[in-house]
Amino acid sequence: MGYFKDIFDGGLSLVEGMGVTVRRLFRPLVTVQYPRKKIPLSSAYRGHIELKIFEETGTHKCIVCLNCEKICPSGVIKVRGEKLKEKGPKTLTGYAIDFSICSLCGLCVEICPTSTLQYSREYELVGETRADCQIDLLERLSKQIEKKSEEKKTQGIAA
Amino acid sequence: MSEGFWGSEWFRLILGLVIVLAFSQLNALFLVWLERKVSGHIQLRPGPMEVGPHGLLQTIADGVKLIGKELILPLQADKKLFFLAPVLVFTPVLVGFLVLPFGPGLVIHDMNVGVLLVFAFSTITVLAILTGGWASNNKYALLGAVRSVAQNVAYEIPLLLAVMSVVLMVHSLSFSQIVESQKTVWFIFIQPLAALIYLIAATAETNRAPFDIPEAESELVAGFHTEYSGMGFGLFFLAEYTNMFIVCAVATSLFLGGWNGLFGISLGIPGVCWFLLKTYFLIFVIMWVRWTFPRVRFDQLMNFSWKVMIPLSLANLVITAIVVKII
Repeated sequence: MGYFKDIFDGGLSLVEGMGVTVRRLFRPLVTVQYPRKKIPLSSAYRGHIELKIFEETGTHKCIVCLNCEKICPSGVIKVRGEKLKEKGPKTLTGYAIDFSICSLCGLCVEICPTSTLQYSREYELVGETRADCQIDLLERLSKQIEKKSEEKKTQGIAA
Repeated sequence: MSEGFWGSEWFRLILGLVIVLAFSQLNALFLVWLERKVSGHIQLRPGPMEVGPHGLLQTIADGVKLIGKELILPLQADKKLFFLAPVLVFTPVLVGFLVLPFGPGLVIHDMNVGVLLVFAFSTITVLAILTGGWASNNKYALLGAVRSVAQNVAYEIPLLLAVMSVVLMVHSLSFSQIVESQKTVWFIFIQPLAALIYLIAATAETNRAPFDIPEAESELVAGFHTEYSGMGFGLFFLAEYTNMFIVCAVATSLFLGGWNGLFGISLGIPGVCWFLLKTYFLIFVIMWVRWTFPRVRFDQLMNFSWKVMIPLSLANLVITAIVVKII
């Protein structure tokens, strides 16, 4: 009778398998239709580096110490600064990174003495040429500041 | 043209052929889309979404791409047989439509040996696959073709034995009469074992997963149609899906009552709708099976046919014959 028992048990397990898939058929999908829908970014996400905007000054706190440029193992960062003020640190005039060779080790963020470097939340990084990987962080920062002040204005009008 | 032509059998045949040709293309387009949707939803993804509403036009785009592609003839392949095979695989499929009873009186040509005709012609598909595999001059194609022949010989026997038990009950090989005699009770309730065996054997006949070893992509690249490109491949593909429809339509008329409603209750739905509804439900079941079970190994396949399916269907046939004789 082992013959019939084998057939019966085998058939039962097949039916069980079909049950699993038919239940899946009616479950909500896990796919997110990306460009149309987006999911919240994980808090652990590290994009390329960016200059932080401090609330009290409304801008970055870079002192052009060049620590980040020196510690970078891949030579990603190019910092330029000028001595504009008689006393105090240099003023930042250019902060460019080449993201195509960055390995995201994070040493620059750790070494920054004024902690003005942080990871951005940028993830839509598609580019068509290598030049698209060259990011001018100072320009990016000024745009962000502009956007912020505009938001503040509209909020002020609303209030 | 005299008026006699419009009412003649010839006109009926030509009209039927045109309708069948159009229907088989549309059906294949729809089934490919359905297959991708079913597989997608079983794997919790949406399937095709971009071309048309819910990706409905995706297969049309794919078809246009296939037509636009170059037909490549492999070096040292048998040119005549190579191009004959895709045609050969598609013609018997069309013949099957000739006797399918879509509704009361809705048959292109009602033959008294309809059942025999369908199964006789569906065997030619194997010959076409063997021709294609042999002519490709490719080891994967040949292996796929050889496997297909062995598999089809093994599964034709339980398939026909299961059908025979129904034929014995009706005393007829005509589809219309078989459907007519299921007016009150469908044969699946009287012959559940035969129905199950038929469905399993039919899955193997149409080379569908889990019995798709002739085109097992993980071992044989693409099996018998490895070397086919463009519409050559397209015709094989079309034939596979049309074959699936025919097999399910035959199962509907043999076991699920064809155009009849359940237990004689038709609910006012026309017979054609009942027929198509049941056929597409069976097609869905076959797709559901494909996306549930892994592919069987070749020895498992053979063992299953010779050790389980054939003895069971033989026993079923003998018992049916005895019961029919007593009653």
